[in-house]
Amino acid sequence: MSSIEPTSGPPKGTGPMQRREARLAYAMLAPTFLIIATIVLIPLLANFWISFKPVQLGDLRPPTPVANERLRGDATAVGDQIRVEYRLRNSSRQRAIADVVMTDSWPSGLAVNDLDPRCTLENQNLRCELGNLEGGYRERLKIEATVEQAFLDSPIKPRDSKPVMTGDSENILTNAELTLENFRKVFAASEFWSVLKVTIYYTVFGTAGALILGLFAALLMNQAFRGRAILRGLFLFPYVAPVIAVAFTWVVLLDPFSGALNAILQQMGAAGGPINFFGQREASFTLLGLEFSFPLALTTVIAFEAWRYFPLSFLFILARMQSISGDMYEAAEMDGATPLQQFWYLSLPQLAGILSVLFLLRFIWTFNKFDDIFLLTGGGAGTRTLTVDVYEQGFALANLGAGAAVAVVVFVVLFTFSVIYFRFSPKDEG
Amino acid sequence: MAVLRNGLLLAVISGALWGAIAMIVFGVTFALVSGAPAQPSVNAAALAGLLGALVLMVRTPEQRSLTLRFLSAAVVLVVLFTASFAHPFGLGLDVAPLWQIAATLLIVGSVSFTNWACLHDAGRGAMRRYDFEKILIRIFKGFGFVFFTVIVALPFYVLVMTSLKSQQSLLANPLDFSVDFSGGFSGLFRSYGELFTQFNFGRYLLISSIVSVATVILTLLFSVPGAYAVSRLRFPGRAVLSRSILLIYMVPAIVLVIPLYAVFSQLGLRNTMAGLLIIYPATTIPVALYMLQGYFQGLPAELEEAGLMDGLSRLGVIIKITLPLSLPAMASVSLYVFMIAWNEFLFAFMFLDDPDIFTLSRGVVSLNSSEVPRQHLMAGAVIATLPVLGIFLWFERYMVQGLTAGSVKG
Repeated sequence: MSSIEPTSGPPKGTGPMQRREARLAYAMLAPTFLIIATIVLIPLLANFWISFKPVQLGDLRPPTPVANERLRGDATAVGDQIRVEYRLRNSSRQRAIADVVMTDSWPSGLAVNDLDPRCTLENQNLRCELGNLEGGYRERLKIEATVEQAFLDSPIKPRDSKPVMTGDSENILTNAELTLENFRKVFAASEFWSVLKVTIYYTVFGTAGALILGLFAALLMNQAFRGRAILRGLFLFPYVAPVIAVAFTWVVLLDPFSGALNAILQQMGAAGGPINFFGQREASFTLLGLEFSFPLALTTVIAFEAWRYFPLSFLFILARMQSISGDMYEAAEMDGATPLQQFWYLSLPQLAGILSVLFLLRFIWTFNKFDDIFLLTGGGAGTRTLTVDVYEQGFALANLGAGAAVAVVVFVVLFTFSVIYFRFSPKDEG
Repeated sequence: MAVLRNGLLLAVISGALWGAIAMIVFGVTFALVSGAPAQPSVNAAALAGLLGALVLMVRTPEQRSLTLRFLSAAVVLVVLFTASFAHPFGLGLDVAPLWQIAATLLIVGSVSFTNWACLHDAGRGAMRRYDFEKILIRIFKGFGFVFFTVIVALPFYVLVMTSLKSQQSLLANPLDFSVDFSGGFSGLFRSYGELFTQFNFGRYLLISSIVSVATVILTLLFSVPGAYAVSRLRFPGRAVLSRSILLIYMVPAIVLVIPLYAVFSQLGLRNTMAGLLIIYPATTIPVALYMLQGYFQGLPAELEEAGLMDGLSRLGVIIKITLPLSLPAMASVSLYVFMIAWNEFLFAFMFLDDPDIFTLSRGVVSLNSSEVPRQHLMAGAVIATLPVLGIFLWFERYMVQGLTAGSVKG
């Protein structure tokens, strides 16, 4: 992106017109800024905050005080002794609720013998100030009463009115309790370093694969022939189709038992038995008497990545190729340069800029990728990358804090890449 | 190296490569279409192609007559049958004989054709490096076309065909992709019918359409003024802003998921369309703004200045001059944003649990369970793919522009 030179606008110096123009610009940008701040920037900061908090998925439901009303004893005649029982509890096992108050309407004709000291009864309104309820708190609040004639006459029974509980519970997301436990857990886990390694393999080889396939596809299409437009459209299919469709297609195609590819390979004698492309961590093959082993599931996932994203590199590289002037090739042709020499000494240097920009951008985006691996393997069989690990920690293991901590690692690595990109990106590309 | 630059070497490469490719492509197609358990003998075909190519090299390029080409084709046919012991597809000749004949003819024809196309002007002996490389590249370009077409087309072919099968025939022979008309039209499309009647896919289709179109509209409403401001108006902080737009869409969605999930849960925005319509535009606005800003800068400012001189307000200039001029860019941006919103998976997956509000992506994922047969999953995938591919093919020119301008985003 080139730096923008104003093509219109008032002369230099801050006059009233320029101030008005600036105000207008800010007004036009305000909605965009607002929505990006709420959905991108604030959540980004909030993620850092959550990564320092001991918060579980279940904590998102705030602790609430709960009361159930029961009636003990028979009320059949005047003078019967009955007991109204309120079973109180805190819905959370860990966290306290402060200033809990229970209110309920008290049926008429029921004379209270002995009222709990925390409660008051005024005009048939029962109000109990229960104070703090610790996590896991349980209590039966009992009120003994004597039945009077009015109670027997009245159709209203004690359980007809539900007790109402109010209380203040601390929001786990906003309190000041901070911890480094999430990061300690993430870095101490033995699998973290293997996850990091898988991420780097996936990113480097996935990016390189997509770029190389894209370069070859662009070389093929950089000439006029009949049906070129159709073929170009076809080549873009993998990228344009929804990720769920192509990912599940690959899963079905490569299925070890009912997949077409395994059937083809076995029928042609290329494979001895079914190959579980997405489920097998290691595979080995023998070449010239030496045994080589490689991570099978990871390789398949990388192949998917290269397959799905080569259209993008293809488009970019083709656009760049078509903007290279033909004169240069004519001159080279006159000088007797062979086709490979022309590619190596003329095309490649011209494409170097776009290739490096593409590599960095795709590198960042491959690093960010979550959908593909999640849908193909769910992160199993040695294909768990950092982004899948965020989901795994935060949602599968229900530890939001640890998930956020992994997300912080993702962001920090990514930020470094971005800085490198902006430092080294050629100013005339992109 | 110079010794290797020889017409015969080219003939060997071309013949063996094309023989093998023709056998793999047509042999597998034969197996897929006919449903017969074929076992194509690739080695025999490679040998046949090689010898066929060598026949062409008997004469110098000028002397290669039509008779020689037929002789070459005959050699391919004879060698193919001899080397495979009369079983080119590993089948008795009585199994699907018509298909076998058709596949054999296609193989012989295509190998002869490609050998001729590659080698027709190749000399027999030592060659100049220029000519040698020209023909070598010709061979590999041909291979490239076949390779790319197959890797792209095969998965989509399998996708469509699997959705038309029944569970039993799928398990009985995974290679049988023949179309079975015995059940009639309705039998063929049974999976689709069941998705719409029992799995609520009509509703998902509707929701996906609403969400995608609304995202496009919201994105344009936000990004057009923003892009205009960044590209035309002067204000402090403009340079920083136009650079940081790119940075914003480098932020990975997965980093935003946990905080947004926490907040949306507490605000009750999960399982609502409003929730999606807040997030989707926020993720697409930076891309749209970046693309539009680039386009606006390319428009001549003089037109707008003339409009201002004639008494139009800024808003009037934008509506009456800038927007009509940038319709192609708006089309590209709209299509690109539509594609992103339609294909979006992560947020739909995280924020929608209620089947009443599923988008198509989310709905298809819910089919991925052991209780739902595979052909339903594939039919769902086809339903999700068709609209976006259709739009892509219809508006390919705009879509390609959008992809090229915005494809820094993955």
